[in-house]
Amino acid sequence: MNTANLLGFDEVLERFDPALGLEVHVELHTATKMFCGCPTTFGGEPNSQVCPVCLGLPGAMPAVNVKAVESAIRIGLALNCQIAEWCRFARKNYFYPDMPKNFQTSQYDEPICFDGYMDVDVDGETFRVEIERAHMEEDTGKSSHIGGATGRIHGADYSLVDYNRAGIPLIEIVTRPITGAGDKAPAVARAYVAQLRDLIVALDVSDARMDQGSIRADVNLSLAPKGQDTLGTRTETKNVNSLRSVERAVRFEMQRHGAILADGGSILQETRHWHEDTGITTSGREKSDAEDYRYFPEPDLVPVAPSREWVEELRGTLPENPTVKRARLQAEWGFSDLEMRDTVGAGALLLVEATIAAGASAQSARKWWLGELARRANDTDTSIDALGVTPADVAAVQQLVDAKTINDKLARKVFEGLYAGEGTPAEIVEKRGLAVVSDEGALSTAVDVAIAANPDIADKIRDGKVAAAGALIGAVMKEMRGQADAGRVRELILEKLS
Amino acid sequence: MNDLIKKSAAELAELLAAGEITSVELTQAHLDRIAEVDGDADSGVHAFLHVDADGALAQARASDARRGAGQPAHRLDGVPIAVKDVLATTGLPTTCGSKILQGWVPPYDATVVAKVKAAGLPILGKTNMDEFAMGSSTEHSGYGPTRNPWDLTRIPGGSGGGSAAAVASYEAPLALGTDTGGSIRQPGAVTGTVGVKPTYGGVSRYGLVALANSLDQVGPVTRTVLDSAVLHELIGGHDRRDSTSIDQPVGAYVQAAEQGAAGDLSGLKVGVISELAGDGWQPGVMSRFDESVQLLVEAGAEVVEVSCPNFVHALAAYYLILPAEASSNLAKFDAMRYGLRVTPEGNPSAEDVMRATRDAGFGDEVKRRIIIGTYALSSGYYDAYYGQAQRVRTLIARDFAAAFEQVDVLVSPTAPTTAFKLGEKLDDPMAMYMNDLATIPANLAGVPGISVPSGLADEDGLPAGFQVLAPVLADDRLYRVGAALEARLVKAWGGPLLDRAPGLDTPGSSLAGHSTTEAAPGSSLAGHSTTEEMA
Repeated sequence: MNTANLLGFDEVLERFDPALGLEVHVELHTATKMFCGCPTTFGGEPNSQVCPVCLGLPGAMPAVNVKAVESAIRIGLALNCQIAEWCRFARKNYFYPDMPKNFQTSQYDEPICFDGYMDVDVDGETFRVEIERAHMEEDTGKSSHIGGATGRIHGADYSLVDYNRAGIPLIEIVTRPITGAGDKAPAVARAYVAQLRDLIVALDVSDARMDQGSIRADVNLSLAPKGQDTLGTRTETKNVNSLRSVERAVRFEMQRHGAILADGGSILQETRHWHEDTGITTSGREKSDAEDYRYFPEPDLVPVAPSREWVEELRGTLPENPTVKRARLQAEWGFSDLEMRDTVGAGALLLVEATIAAGASAQSARKWWLGELARRANDTDTSIDALGVTPADVAAVQQLVDAKTINDKLARKVFEGLYAGEGTPAEIVEKRGLAVVSDEGALSTAVDVAIAANPDIADKIRDGKVAAAGALIGAVMKEMRGQADAGRVRELILEKLS
Repeated sequence: MNDLIKKSAAELAELLAAGEITSVELTQAHLDRIAEVDGDADSGVHAFLHVDADGALAQARASDARRGAGQPAHRLDGVPIAVKDVLATTGLPTTCGSKILQGWVPPYDATVVAKVKAAGLPILGKTNMDEFAMGSSTEHSGYGPTRNPWDLTRIPGGSGGGSAAAVASYEAPLALGTDTGGSIRQPGAVTGTVGVKPTYGGVSRYGLVALANSLDQVGPVTRTVLDSAVLHELIGGHDRRDSTSIDQPVGAYVQAAEQGAAGDLSGLKVGVISELAGDGWQPGVMSRFDESVQLLVEAGAEVVEVSCPNFVHALAAYYLILPAEASSNLAKFDAMRYGLRVTPEGNPSAEDVMRATRDAGFGDEVKRRIIIGTYALSSGYYDAYYGQAQRVRTLIARDFAAAFEQVDVLVSPTAPTTAFKLGEKLDDPMAMYMNDLATIPANLAGVPGISVPSGLADEDGLPAGFQVLAPVLADDRLYRVGAALEARLVKAWGGPLLDRAPGLDTPGSSLAGHSTTEAAPGSSLAGHSTTEEMA
């Protein structure tokens, strides 16, 4: 499937300047849909959360969900946007079976939020990402294509459409082209989406679950010859649904574009599909005719004209600015710059914060999320917040460690239990029999056995070479199958050999 | 013919209230009349696409029970009504006159239908219309034309020819219509009935299958001005499900009609729109108009001539805005969820099915307007067409605003001509469109209008209509002026105009030779292997 030639990343950067653009769709978690009273809960029986309005039945009319407008304004304010004094919805016309009306009610040239920015930190460097607009629209239904090799509509035996998702409010946040990121372009893309997601979580306007599609990123990328102040032809890679994939998709497209351009070819302006499994993009539909959506103002809705008083009232509800908040947390937690950067980079800032709030120390929270859990996320290609482990779980594990019920090694087994959904950390310790042996008799015996089996080492310790104790501790721990407190073992060895 | 059915709705309401008749009796009398004169696609009036005798009688029995218990739901409780087939009705087919919706039964009621039901009016059935309300003659119905009760070889107006003809032929005392560019008023004019287009936003559009959302409005179709006022008060008012509906109390239309009928219009300033006369206006229509204006003067009104210079651009703007909105509204009819489905042979894609269904299900006029609208909204043309049309719309609204600085109401003939022959303008869309010249400006500006019968044109002995237009939310003026004119005209005529309509007791007798106006059913389905309907 991967027939694309790739140019080495470094060579791409020698010859070209990348320009990024990100379009992020945020599904709001309002109780009801954008234009009707149907619930928005995820995972309902197909077509059980529908009505004449969101099914687009003849004669039905939309009515705007004020809560969604409120969320849009709060997102806009948090992104330092201007809020329109007057704006309209518009119809985006195109035919597709998952669109009940064959037009999407969206906004066109009058977005509710515009001209904002977000400062993104990458490796200690700050990039200002300019926000062109954030607008309101409705989601489409969800198609499942049954049969056929690709899971796409072409070649399928038949298709099913679930309209539960149709009409769920979306905010689409569009950046201006991001230039000048150079080799950091993939990292900037990732950091922007990660920071945006953290912001959305802090605003409490969305479930913000990339794995469930409540945040979806489209990545635009183009290359221009190095040093020229122009933009090349872009491709748009749709539905990149994890932070890691955002970074990979940018990198892949940079290398793919690079190979084509270096070869004297030209880039086709098109939509591309991201393949999470193979880490490549493939061609979607061409955008050469710049699909004509025949936008016009939605005549069934009246303009949205948020009063300035309301906007200011909403500004008062904004959470702390993320940049300010990061500086505050770093000081509170005593993290080094590197530790902080890694935490943010791993998308674990809010998780660490919540873990500390649940009672763990800053360093222990960081240790688990950036060690064990980040590794697990990477290995299983899962988003770090979708591992099935909550901040409360991590705090509970650390509590067991602090109480010397388990040690770090056993803690990893507890996490295995958590991944497998075996219950709370305490339950897993119980079920798996992971508690540290605190029976002094058994420990003492094991230490005696180890000393007897390693007379040379015992002699060294008796001679004052305390560092040699490590080998004996290892032997004891092995004997105890890891279920011993290494500190206590060390004490016992030193006592017996003093 | 049972004389009961010739009475006005207000009179019938009094008889019901007095216990002199029952709703069952009344409803049955109308059902009998429908059976007697309505015929079918080939003969008779053909005002109805669907008659719901059982449902109407059940509603009538419930109404009689309420009356018996001394708890009528409304003044009109028990008075039957007909509903234009463009309004969603639970349990009753709603086709909009289109084959593409054949057999579709909505799972919900339009707000106006819900109000009518709650008030206890038995619904006789659904009335014929031009497909998706596109037309001025009801000849563009996918189910065959409606015929004018005054002369079955002529058109009943459109798009609401079914509702107007049902009321004119005494098949129903009341009907609901919709008016996008004159679809209530022009049929009223050519059938000698009363029709009102309320202020835009005055009546909920929820459940009205949109033709052009920014122009559509539901309104009353009746034989008297007072009946329209009563029905208007019933269906009007704010609806949170229609964002464009106005959050204001319903006006005192009945009171205004009663005041007007008393005959005194002193202090009222009436403006005759100078642009709506001249070439192309039938002399007999103009004579009846001039006489009516004179009657208003006699009633004490001051009449002046008013110019609305931008009205000459109204038709052009209308035929860009309407198709643009319609092209988008009609996109949903794609066979995926409901209505007709045509599956081409072979291994068709979803798009192939959509294409085949829309090709088979839509008539020529609908296709024509979808094409125009799609073009007008296309990138690169939007500003020149849709954008420019919206600017004209603003200018027309300004003309109205300036005129209403000078006068309380504006008047014109409702339509330039009386009813033309079936088939006469089918091949000439522009000639057909010209029929709405006088009614369209009101829709573009959102102002209310009424058409009241003004008499019969000398040339052909067919009804002409007198239009009154008022400022936004001043619908009460329509009733005051309309009722005053009606009272003086009826007095002059010695009875309602409809008394002069020829009888309809021998259906089909005057229909020979008109089958040629209809396309062979199913002819456009050739080449498609299967058709099926989905409920």
